[in-house]
Amino acid sequence: MNSATREAFGKALAELGATNPDVVSLDADLSCTTKSGTFAAKFPDRFFNMGIAEADLMATAAGLATCGKIPFASTFAVFATCRALDQIRNSICYPMLNVKVVGTHAGPSCGEDGGSHQAVEDIAIMRSLPHMVVVVPADDVEAEKVVHAAAEYIGPMYLRFARLASPTVHERDYDFDLFRGEIMHEGNDVAIIACGMMVPRALDAAKQLEAEGIHARVVNMHTIKPIDVELVEDCARTCGKIVTIEEASMVGGLGSAVCEVVAEYCPVPVKRIGMPDIFGKSGPGADLLDEFGLSAEHIIEVVKSF
Amino acid sequence: MRSDMKDIAKQMRIDIVEMLAAAGSGHPGGSLSACDMIAVLYFDKMNVDPKNPEDPDRDRFVLAKGHAAPALYAALAQKGFFPRKDLITLRKSDSYLQGHPNMNITPGVEMSTGSLGQGLSVANGMALAGRLDGRDYYVYCIMGDGEIQEGQVWEAAMSAAHYKLDHVIAFVDHNHLQIDGNNDEVMTVNPIDEKFRAFGWNVMTIDGHDFDAISDAIDSAKAQQGKPTLIVAETVKGKGVSFMEDQVGWHGVAPNAEQAKAAVAELMAQ
Repeated sequence: MNSATREAFGKALAELGATNPDVVSLDADLSCTTKSGTFAAKFPDRFFNMGIAEADLMATAAGLATCGKIPFASTFAVFATCRALDQIRNSICYPMLNVKVVGTHAGPSCGEDGGSHQAVEDIAIMRSLPHMVVVVPADDVEAEKVVHAAAEYIGPMYLRFARLASPTVHERDYDFDLFRGEIMHEGNDVAIIACGMMVPRALDAAKQLEAEGIHARVVNMHTIKPIDVELVEDCARTCGKIVTIEEASMVGGLGSAVCEVVAEYCPVPVKRIGMPDIFGKSGPGADLLDEFGLSAEHIIEVVKSF
Repeated sequence: MRSDMKDIAKQMRIDIVEMLAAAGSGHPGGSLSACDMIAVLYFDKMNVDPKNPEDPDRDRFVLAKGHAAPALYAALAQKGFFPRKDLITLRKSDSYLQGHPNMNITPGVEMSTGSLGQGLSVANGMALAGRLDGRDYYVYCIMGDGEIQEGQVWEAAMSAAHYKLDHVIAFVDHNHLQIDGNNDEVMTVNPIDEKFRAFGWNVMTIDGHDFDAISDAIDSAKAQQGKPTLIVAETVKGKGVSFMEDQVGWHGVAPNAEQAKAAVAELMAQ
């Protein structure tokens, strides 16, 4: 099955609306495409369209949170994390308010809209904010679980979703733990640590490598902050080398987070795959991923190169 | 209006001067200009009780111009949220009185502020929550006149009117000065009233140092339905301390011990 994590966000948010009266949704004139509109259609009184005003979006969400609401403030990842960064920093993270910042259309898989709209720096920026939790679900099933977990967790959280449909790699009833990475394929020659829609690609790479006698462990590191230090350390000890892959800049994202842990606790070689300090561009999202080396083939190449 | 309002505000001003002198840094000018509005809010208008600080029905106050924190702290201390003797710990490394308000460590502070332009949006969010919960509390917000140069203020002005937030009552502390000089030399803000009116607000202009005028404006704002209210408060930066009044240099400089002594003596005599 192919589905976009943003679709799962809309579905799960609407489910939450039915069970948790404190959940409210705010959007900045993109509800039809971030899919918060699914919630808005069912709970119009608890949905606030803030217009094209991301700063106001985030700080209004903060005000709602001071009164016990659980706001999900959604817009494109690039606008949420860059344009409204000061509001997320000073009105959400500094006061530790229970706001869920939802960034959709993240990464080059956003596609035709081009580099202006493809967040590559969002993970790095959000990760650097004290108190912020950063989550990038691997598929639609996990995205739904993340949304439910976000409503349970008290505190600021950044949820990164994609525009493009991608393969589902989880069974519907699997156990999700927000603060634990997930080993999705076992192996001890190399660890491939991935997030978001790079997880199915990593699994694909692992299967191909298996045929060549290379046993790769694949880890779905959905929560990049706080990162599962224990699991990263175990990957380093068990596999001796690590490849990371993310649909985001190599500066400050998942690869960096993994390197920080490895360098401090168990130094082993790490190779990072991501956007190499460049912006994206227009094109079909799936093609762009391949072009930028965010593919199973490139993972295999990198694994074999060390 | 209660008869001791003058004494309450006077005590707040003395506390502001003394805590800033003890801190050795901070913002006296804008604290003193906002002082009378904060005094009327906390001691005449707002439903807040230090014994029941989490009352869901309490009125909320957002000090958007967070650098006037000393005025807020002076009010909260006098109201009983924390001991007045702690005011002199302002800005010290072990103090719960931060340079700008921090809601997580200071009793009575409803929102952390400091980065200008964000407070009105937060106030709107609080008012939306109150409406969702069927509560009748009011949300008050004081912005600086320089602060309204921030674009977000106008985003928030638009959304407060759009959502008909008649329980938002905002002030602009119009002391006409900001760090680099007169507002209209730095970046023209006037006419503030016409701008907010054009955004769909109920707007009043008052003397921001006249307790009755402040009180009447709030009563009138509460009678307004379907629109947020902006009260343009004409104020004097550094109000109450003659050598600070209308002096841009006292925006962000604390008085030394000698200056503080003179300022307190002058305030005591008022």
